[in-house]
Amino acid sequence: MSATTVIGVEGEERGDFSEEESRQIRRRSLRLLGSLLRPLRGRVAFALAVIVVSTLAQVVGPTLIGIGVDQGIASLTSQNWWPIAATGAAYLVTGVIGAVTVSWYTVMSARISQAILFDLRKRVFLHTQRLSLEFHESYTSGRIISRQTSDLDAIRELLDSGINQLVQGVLYSGFIAVFMFINDWVSGVILFCSLVPLYFLTRWFQKRSQLLFRRSRVASAKLIVHFVETMTGIRAVKAFRKEHRNENEFGDLVEDYRDVNAKTIQLFGIFDPGLVMIGNVTVAVVLLVGGYRVALGALPIGVLLAVLLYTRRFFDPMEEMAMFYNSYQSAAAALEKISGVLEEEPSVPDPEHPVELGRASGHVRFEGVSFAYKQDRVILPRFSLDVPAGQTIALVGSTGAGKSTLAKLIARFYDPTEGRITLDGVSLRDLRPEDLRRAIVMVTQEAYLFSGTVADNIALGKPDATAEEIRAAAVAVGADGFIRGLPDGYDTDVNKRGGRVSAGQRQLISFARAFLANPAVLILDEATSSLDIPSERLVQDALQTLLKDRTALIIAHRLSTVAIADRVLVMEHGRVVEDGSPGELIAGTGRFAQLHAAWRDSLV
Amino acid sequence: MSAAEAPVNQAPVSPAPQTRPPGSAATSDRRPSTFRSLARIYPFARPAMPRIYLGMVAAIGASIVALLIPIVLQGLVDGPMGHGDPAQVVPSALLVLILGAAEAVLISLRRWFVLTPATKVEADLRNAFYAKLQALPVSFHDGWPSGQLLSRAVSDLNLIRRWLSFGFVLLFVNILTIMIGFVVLITWNWLLAVIFMACSVPLWVYGYVFESRYSVIARRSQDQAGDLATSVEESVHGIRVLKAFGRGRHALRNFERQAEDLRGTEIAKAKAIAGIWLWLLLVPDVAFAICLVVGVWLVSTGSLTAGQLLAFFATATVLRFPIESIGFLLSMTFDTRTAADRFFDVMNTPNTIRDPEHPKTIADPRGRLVFRDVHFRYADTPEGHPDLLNGVDLELRPGETMALVGLTGSGKSTLTALTTRLYDVTGGSITLDGVDIRDLTLSELRTHVAMAFEDATLFSASVRDNVLLGRPDLVGDDPDAVAKADAVLAEALDVAQAGFAYDLPDGVDTRVGEEGLSLSGGQRQRIALARAVAASPEVLVLDDPLSALDTTTEVLVESALRRVLAATTALVVAHRPSTVTLADRVALLEDGRVTAVGTHSELLAGNDHYRFVISSLEDDEQGERDATAFSGGTAASEPRGEGRRS
Repeated sequence: MSATTVIGVEGEERGDFSEEESRQIRRRSLRLLGSLLRPLRGRVAFALAVIVVSTLAQVVGPTLIGIGVDQGIASLTSQNWWPIAATGAAYLVTGVIGAVTVSWYTVMSARISQAILFDLRKRVFLHTQRLSLEFHESYTSGRIISRQTSDLDAIRELLDSGINQLVQGVLYSGFIAVFMFINDWVSGVILFCSLVPLYFLTRWFQKRSQLLFRRSRVASAKLIVHFVETMTGIRAVKAFRKEHRNENEFGDLVEDYRDVNAKTIQLFGIFDPGLVMIGNVTVAVVLLVGGYRVALGALPIGVLLAVLLYTRRFFDPMEEMAMFYNSYQSAAAALEKISGVLEEEPSVPDPEHPVELGRASGHVRFEGVSFAYKQDRVILPRFSLDVPAGQTIALVGSTGAGKSTLAKLIARFYDPTEGRITLDGVSLRDLRPEDLRRAIVMVTQEAYLFSGTVADNIALGKPDATAEEIRAAAVAVGADGFIRGLPDGYDTDVNKRGGRVSAGQRQLISFARAFLANPAVLILDEATSSLDIPSERLVQDALQTLLKDRTALIIAHRLSTVAIADRVLVMEHGRVVEDGSPGELIAGTGRFAQLHAAWRDSLV
Repeated sequence: MSAAEAPVNQAPVSPAPQTRPPGSAATSDRRPSTFRSLARIYPFARPAMPRIYLGMVAAIGASIVALLIPIVLQGLVDGPMGHGDPAQVVPSALLVLILGAAEAVLISLRRWFVLTPATKVEADLRNAFYAKLQALPVSFHDGWPSGQLLSRAVSDLNLIRRWLSFGFVLLFVNILTIMIGFVVLITWNWLLAVIFMACSVPLWVYGYVFESRYSVIARRSQDQAGDLATSVEESVHGIRVLKAFGRGRHALRNFERQAEDLRGTEIAKAKAIAGIWLWLLLVPDVAFAICLVVGVWLVSTGSLTAGQLLAFFATATVLRFPIESIGFLLSMTFDTRTAADRFFDVMNTPNTIRDPEHPKTIADPRGRLVFRDVHFRYADTPEGHPDLLNGVDLELRPGETMALVGLTGSGKSTLTALTTRLYDVTGGSITLDGVDIRDLTLSELRTHVAMAFEDATLFSASVRDNVLLGRPDLVGDDPDAVAKADAVLAEALDVAQAGFAYDLPDGVDTRVGEEGLSLSGGQRQRIALARAVAASPEVLVLDDPLSALDTTTEVLVESALRRVLAATTALVVAHRPSTVTLADRVALLEDGRVTAVGTHSELLAGNDHYRFVISSLEDDEQGERDATAFSGGTAASEPRGEGRRS
């Protein structure tokens, strides 16, 4: 992917798209919109029909008033109540129809927009989960979260009010124009003339606001990031006396944000009175021409009243339609970004013809595998490796040697650039995802806990586990003791007060989770780094039994872990430089022997 | 509501109820009155008040002008038009034109007066809030998730600004407009006026009922949206776990259920809105229909002129928006009150860790750090539990490196946090070179004592700025300062084995942190360590700063640190024997007290608990086998047979 494409999330932060690129982005977000609307087209058409009837009923009013005034007064002087009673009743009926259909439509359109949002939410969520780790590592978590929160909010805002305002506004103004012509075509022509300044004012507003809204989003995002970073890093802020410098930095961001906000407000401060001005001038001109003709007897007074009311009302929805631009623009930008994320292809795709694997034995083979993030950054040069079922392997080497990458290849977090990895002879690329995940589990250093109870978190390893199974898993890894010491034991909410769990305790919980999952291949990537020595001792003990009949790959900084391995692989610059049993390697003179000697010394 | 949407709400008022901000109108708990609650904003708003008053005047002017137009119409219809005098139509139409233009000008004046100063008030509030949060102690932040604080700093302050520049102004102006309009209507015909106003009453009543019902649903929808956002965050932060266990589907099901709940609430919300729409449209139409029939009848009996009837409808049209807006503006006022309460909740939190009134200063800092009978307990520790630190006595001699060893949860990190007053002791004292650290200014104390944390926080700035964070004296373009800064940077990176920083895309100027390049845990730790070293303090406090490093790197860092630590007093939290060997002496923390101090080998030889905590597998493999009956099996309790020293 070169730096100049706009495929997927590439170039998302740029503000200088060429014509062609903008078109490309617009096309993809329209495609997304189309796919969201297609299943709902029947309901959309029906809602449109309702809103047409509704608007029509609302617009008839002034005409009826005009008829009432012209016909009613004349008839009443001869004691004929019929015409005025009929127009009054007609006015009432149209009023009721208008009001009832509007509220009906409101619920209907909410159902439609909620269906769209629900669909979109699910799609983005699912797609986010499908995208490979490679994507998540380059596209920060903050961005993918705002795609699913603030961007979806922008779309919700548009669907909730913006679209309604546009549809209602366009219909309302359109029908009013029609009724103006029916009542008095001269006034209708005048109204049409007012469209010229209205067009220019709106165009101007649209162009200016587009720029400002972009700036406003950037400014608010910067403000938020700085704020959150300060609050989450408050210890470091205080320890290094950053408060004062922070106040200056934050003050600048606040000022930027204020400035762009003030400019936006000023823009409305011109646009809004501009609309009032155009409306009032039109009313005056309609009045001048109409009044002249009434005075000449060429126009009934009731018709003048009707067209004046129409003229004034014609401009009512304009303000709301201006707001439509507002929400439209942020929603369009949001949709562009979301469609970019959805366009990203998972670099670890699900197989087209998945191969099922019943009970895996755990035989892992690397066949001519190499791995590179980009063409020029080779992490693992081509190699082959055979791990027989049941073997426990310790992976040793300095940071950046490629240990984690190798582990992640087995867990299929990445796919190799060349060659293939097999489990019991089946390429991981072809293995049914459910079978792959049941057979191979990886526990990483960041032991992440989800909100919920401790038991819920352990049960993630096996969603249908019973309470006994969960407890047994915790006992097996030595986590039962501290869990029972928590305020509500296994039912303690890990995010609530009193649920303060240390990094080490989190690692124990995630160990229990892996134990419960009972995989054929277990990968431990620095999974004991935060444990204190007594806890680690317990875990090591548990591992001896846990790993007895399964394949295991252990990455640990502490060489003590190596003791339980059948085989040690020493890695350097992406290559396996030593391979043998711990005893053989310690007895030799290689890198591992040196490391081990240094480590023994450090124990005193 | 995100900050980016602020302009949406800034747009001209729309009578449509959809645009009203969700929130809690008329909440049941009546703390101070709404008025008094909002009055607290006044000190911040004072500079803007003159212009806000001017804005009100302009708004009232605009309303009066709008109400004048129907009066001119009435004169026109009953005068020139009635008499068939076309020539006289022109001046009246011109008058309407002038009034119309005046209305537009007054509206823009209102906005011009009010809005820019209000954004300044908002910015001032935001800066004050931020400064207050930075000053509040860490214990405050422990209890407040940053999301909660963020929504106060952004959306609550946004709402306060909008209310100040718009809700507050229009509430007054619209009530006044309704009253003036009513008087105008009465002068034409009291019957029509009363019918029209009587019909508005259900709107106010229903508007109020709607507000209280709507706010409950809106609050529920906000909560559910918040829960959904939490699910999203967790699904992203926990993606490795979800992938590792293939639980993406499982997470999706939960997410789907929550999204479904939210959808239900949103539809309930739409139904409430549909209800208010029904009334907002129906009531005026009923009023108009009745007024039409009655008005026409009045004209036919001659008690009303055609011009007055026409002017009546025109005036009623002008009044429609002010009447409808009252409910919405009231609810905005209640919401703003809630926002103000949330803001002042934080602003009024007393700051317990402050500079002393009469600060002392250390003339010749040596780095002698003494803990005397130090007690500490977290504020939320339940009754009956002993203090986490229960009488710690420890003395660090100048230049000495002291390792702190103890089980997880024994309070080691807490003890280190006390040295820079991230927390204050709850009993006893800590002195630096004989001065109680509470008698020093925070900035002096934190110049003398620098920390590196296990959980290494880097800020969105270059590596250089992150490392030199503790050295504001080295900032500047002066060539000497730059050279000095480069030298300090190079040395610190070297000690922390963070030379990788030079190989980053832009070298040490590469931006890291949330907005920059993401580094591995070990890389972050090394930069955080370099930061502490670069601060060149008298006392260096390291809270397990090497936990994420591999053995080789750790050995290198340690030998480099030993060089630096030769002249510096250091307190190092250690989990591993290798880190302990850095130290001149080791302090063992047990049951909230320092139960033993000595060299590593002394303690190893003479202290059972120490051996239990620090020695690794093979060393006491045999001893462990004996002890691994592990009756309780708990990680935190000691195996049977380990005698406790007490």
